[in-house]
Amino acid sequence: MTDLLSKLLALFLEQDTANLIAPILLAIIQGSVLVGFVALSAVFFIWLERKVAGRIQDRLGPTRVGGKFGWLQTIADGVKLLVKEDLIPADADHMLFRLGPYIAFCASFLAFLALPFGNGVVALDMNIAVFYMLAVMSAEIFGIILAGYGSGSKWSLFGGMREAAQMVSYEVPMAICVLVPVIVAGSMRLTTIANQQAGLLCNWYVFHDPFTFAAFWVYFTCATASCKRAPFDLAEAESELVAGFHTEYSGLRWSFFFMAEYASMFAVSGIAILLFCGGWNNGFFPFLPGQDLTDYLGPIAGNVINAFVFIVKCWLLVFVMMWVRWTLPRLRIDQVMETCLKYLLPISCALLLGVSLWQVAMPDIVLDYLKYLAALACVGLVLAVVFKMVARRAPLPFAGVTPLWKK
Amino acid sequence: MTLPDLQALLFYAVAVLTGLCAIGVVVTQNIVRSAAWLLFTLGGVAGIFFFLGADFVGATQLIVYVGGTLVLVVFGVMLTAQGPFISLRTGAAEWAMSLVVGLLLFGVLAVTVAHKETWASGRAPAEKQKPMVIAEDPDSSPNSVLIGHGFLGQPIGPNKTAYLLPFEIVSVHLLVVLIGAAYLARAKRRRGAAANAADVR
Repeated sequence: MTDLLSKLLALFLEQDTANLIAPILLAIIQGSVLVGFVALSAVFFIWLERKVAGRIQDRLGPTRVGGKFGWLQTIADGVKLLVKEDLIPADADHMLFRLGPYIAFCASFLAFLALPFGNGVVALDMNIAVFYMLAVMSAEIFGIILAGYGSGSKWSLFGGMREAAQMVSYEVPMAICVLVPVIVAGSMRLTTIANQQAGLLCNWYVFHDPFTFAAFWVYFTCATASCKRAPFDLAEAESELVAGFHTEYSGLRWSFFFMAEYASMFAVSGIAILLFCGGWNNGFFPFLPGQDLTDYLGPIAGNVINAFVFIVKCWLLVFVMMWVRWTLPRLRIDQVMETCLKYLLPISCALLLGVSLWQVAMPDIVLDYLKYLAALACVGLVLAVVFKMVARRAPLPFAGVTPLWKK
Repeated sequence: MTLPDLQALLFYAVAVLTGLCAIGVVVTQNIVRSAAWLLFTLGGVAGIFFFLGADFVGATQLIVYVGGTLVLVVFGVMLTAQGPFISLRTGAAEWAMSLVVGLLLFGVLAVTVAHKETWASGRAPAEKQKPMVIAEDPDSSPNSVLIGHGFLGQPIGPNKTAYLLPFEIVSVHLLVVLIGAAYLARAKRRRGAAANAADVR
């Protein structure tokens, strides 16, 4: 892409200057697009979270700002946060208090640099993309720690400590579960891994063998924990700690933490989709492996559709995270650590061992044909559940009261 | 100004920032702030690794040092920074001694770097031209694959050395450290009410 941009600039400037400016300009453009995408995603997710929370709690959610569905509620929230008074507590350590939100947001944003949205549509096509993303997202812990300590309040300190312990612990099974599809794929480069899952639905690694299938669910659990989402959200446990590490934050600084949380939710969902669910490949067309939609529709339309498919898949996973948050009760801190160290860590080690042995010892026939069976079984299960939900309506909870959804 | 000049400029900018943050670690009087400066220093070092094309080492630096060691340091510092240890004041004698040691170390490093023909002579000249930004074709710099092969005993690099034995030694070392840490952090058995009172911290 640097060559393309330098050729474009050479129409206006000399070739030497164009060669010089092109990488800088490309970096600026990519950075701006990613920041814009992250911010817009955060805007959308905040609205989605409130709507999902409302519906699960049998109410409507925001309906007043911006029409019937409250589309502009996030804008109203943003304006409110911007005009709030910028308070720093007297006991706070000024430098660390100010630093915390920025470190958290930058760490989450840096992960997007290596996240591909299409074949080659990535800011930095790294050889070790998935390792880099895990490494960089581990720096978010610092934002939390510095915010918790720098606020000078005991609620923040406790919240920050718990949060840091939780995130650090859950990184280990998360990384091991990430290794499972990397072993199957033979590369840590996310573009390569997603390209290997091109073609029909059965090529997705989640159907490849039972260990990868289990690794998807374990990875998703660890990712939910490392994003400090419920049921692992004791850092923000309102019933215990006021608001945890961001108690003393208000206004724009607090919104940085929020954006960081939604950005890392999208990033870990992106990793899950790329490693397990085929990335930007829809599972249907083109159905020959090794072919991409760009071969049929050209680079622009193909990449746009691929990016759209990838973003919708990630949004589905984020929606599942939100769904789980408003459904399950919160775990205690000892339950959180017990889940990680006594259950998820041994399970992920067993999965790693299993997938290595599977790759080495299974006869080729099983390796090639199991995925068709698995894909068929999963698609059949999903269709059966949907059919059952649609064909027989759930009975009304109260007789005689018209439910909201029956319009 | 050509492209290599720009890359050199970026490299020097990151290096100077890292150096300034390292100075901040030493100079600041609040111990938690010096841990924060250390975070930026280690991040800068990881950035220098990325500049030199060693992405695997840079990412490992981030995940091991920043995500592991520094978190431990900050935990320890935060929870034990009570009273007299929260504000560090270095006396003049300590400044003088540390300046002398630091200048001596800097002198040794500078002399070594200036005579790099003597220790870099084993390398073919073409391999010195490592690009300073991530290569356009990522599969042309498969450094993580090379490292993996080296760990498994295949000779890699210009001197054709394999690293299986060091890898095994370090693995056993890590295992010993893990067992030691688990033993030190075990829940201690209570031996009665008197021991209970002594156990409360």
